[in-house]
Amino acid sequence: MLKEHIKKVKSGEIKLTEYVKEVLDKCKSINKELSYFNTICKKEALEQAKEVEEKIKSKKAGKLAGLIITVKDNLCVRDVESTAGSRILKGYKPLFDATAIERLRKEDAIIIGKTSCDAFGFGSFNTNVGLDFEIPKNHQDIERVTGGSSGGSAGITAVADFVHVAIAESTGGSIESPASFCGVIGFCPTYGRVSRSGLISYANSLDKIGVMTKKVKDIAPVLEIISGFDEKDSTSLKHKINLKSDVKKLKIGIIKESLGKGIEPEVKKAILKIIEKLRKKGFICEEVSLPITFKYGVPTYYLISTSEASTNLACLSGLRYGQEEDPKGKSFAEYFSEVRSKHFNDESKRRIMLGTFARMAGYRDAYYIKATKIRTKIIEEYKKLFEKYDVLISPTMPVVAPKISEVKKMTPLQNYMMDILTVGPNLTGMPHATISAGDKEGLPIGLMATTDHQEEGKLLQFLEIIEGLQ
Amino acid sequence: MKIDKELIEKVSKLAKLKLDESEKEKYSKDFKEILGAFAILDKMDVKSVKSSFRPIEEKDILRDDKVRESITQKEALKFTKHQEKGFFVGPKTIE
Repeated sequence: MLKEHIKKVKSGEIKLTEYVKEVLDKCKSINKELSYFNTICKKEALEQAKEVEEKIKSKKAGKLAGLIITVKDNLCVRDVESTAGSRILKGYKPLFDATAIERLRKEDAIIIGKTSCDAFGFGSFNTNVGLDFEIPKNHQDIERVTGGSSGGSAGITAVADFVHVAIAESTGGSIESPASFCGVIGFCPTYGRVSRSGLISYANSLDKIGVMTKKVKDIAPVLEIISGFDEKDSTSLKHKINLKSDVKKLKIGIIKESLGKGIEPEVKKAILKIIEKLRKKGFICEEVSLPITFKYGVPTYYLISTSEASTNLACLSGLRYGQEEDPKGKSFAEYFSEVRSKHFNDESKRRIMLGTFARMAGYRDAYYIKATKIRTKIIEEYKKLFEKYDVLISPTMPVVAPKISEVKKMTPLQNYMMDILTVGPNLTGMPHATISAGDKEGLPIGLMATTDHQEEGKLLQFLEIIEGLQ
Repeated sequence: MKIDKELIEKVSKLAKLKLDESEKEKYSKDFKEILGAFAILDKMDVKSVKSSFRPIEEKDILRDDKVRESITQKEALKFTKHQEKGFFVGPKTIE
């Protein structure tokens, strides 16, 4: 799809400016009903389309010429409002592009807008949007959630009838959850694969930029461009990404705990059906266990992520950019507290409080440091399984998309527990992806696959196998 | 561990968040529920385990100390109303 589209753009069969205009109109009308965009950057997208058309004429167009891209609102896009879905950053138009966006722009992809997310990525359902923002709705049933935090990315990928790739981001499951609930492919590469420079940080040891698409073969051409070392991010990987794999028979581990208690029966049934098909094709599928991850993963994730978030968000203080009040006559503590309390939403306050507590003198060793040590045990547990298996599989989410009203009734802890299946690969920084495994009365069910660090090629190979089964 | 209003007030002061009474009550209740469940971590003995502050450790990650272009003073001041003679105006830091 993607390659054919670019070919048509380059040959002139698709008139790019007209095409982009049509896409923008469609997005505007989609947004009225489903609230997938925080910003549609019409002016900038049309200017970019004209520039790319000129480059095509002089045969200088890049590898992704004319590809439509949407960007999760926590990535900076030059001159386009970038709020991370929060009110405190309302009006902030960065002076620079995030590295991933800079690389896409260099290859002439067209950026059409910023997609909805839970404020700063703090959520699993995209219901924790910032004050004054709309909750995005599931295209299959508008009373239901898209999943989060990259809900807008998944929603627009699901409904777009034009060739499009969404740039999303995951900290603890923010690509997988919405991809699962909206029935699209969500791909999260190894930690450090894509530079985090220009990403509005949630938790720097966990944040990973990835993509969402409708088709598996559309992942690699974009991932190839956005990956790679960047001197602006010291944690970006120096190893080159390998997107090809031709392992004869991938060995598959089925995570036993993921099909146990608390999993909706239809979700379990759908995953078992896929396993049966894989076995029929001759793949070895064996039950494996991740006891430490399933027992301690959620608290470990929340203690580390909120600790990091509470320091990362300290830069939002009503000075230099974002929302501000009049600082005259106020002490700094009084002023910062006033601005932050007024513009952070409920969940942002809760996570900042939790992280501040976990790092506080007297509690730090028992909470934050302890969690970083358990993280080591979780990494070891996964590594051991990858000595024997190529891919580990599980459902992505324990349920299908719940109703917005149901999520609002959940306590914060019940909410956090919904990440039980996705925190593992996020804590270990291992590449993982979601692909549709069927549905429950039209509501998509996702299958999640995880491979070892740097094994994006194997993950793509596996996704192609699953896509081929359907 | 005792989770009460006093603890919530201490945390909110450090976090630079001004909470009203209903928020203090709400977060106190949430803390009790969340930290109560997270107490499961006590069961794991990790005394001899090293911390993973990142999932993958990279070595030699310092970049060369080279002078390069940065944003201008005018650009840096673009987003704030509170500026004077090319500087940001902020609240008082010394009483």
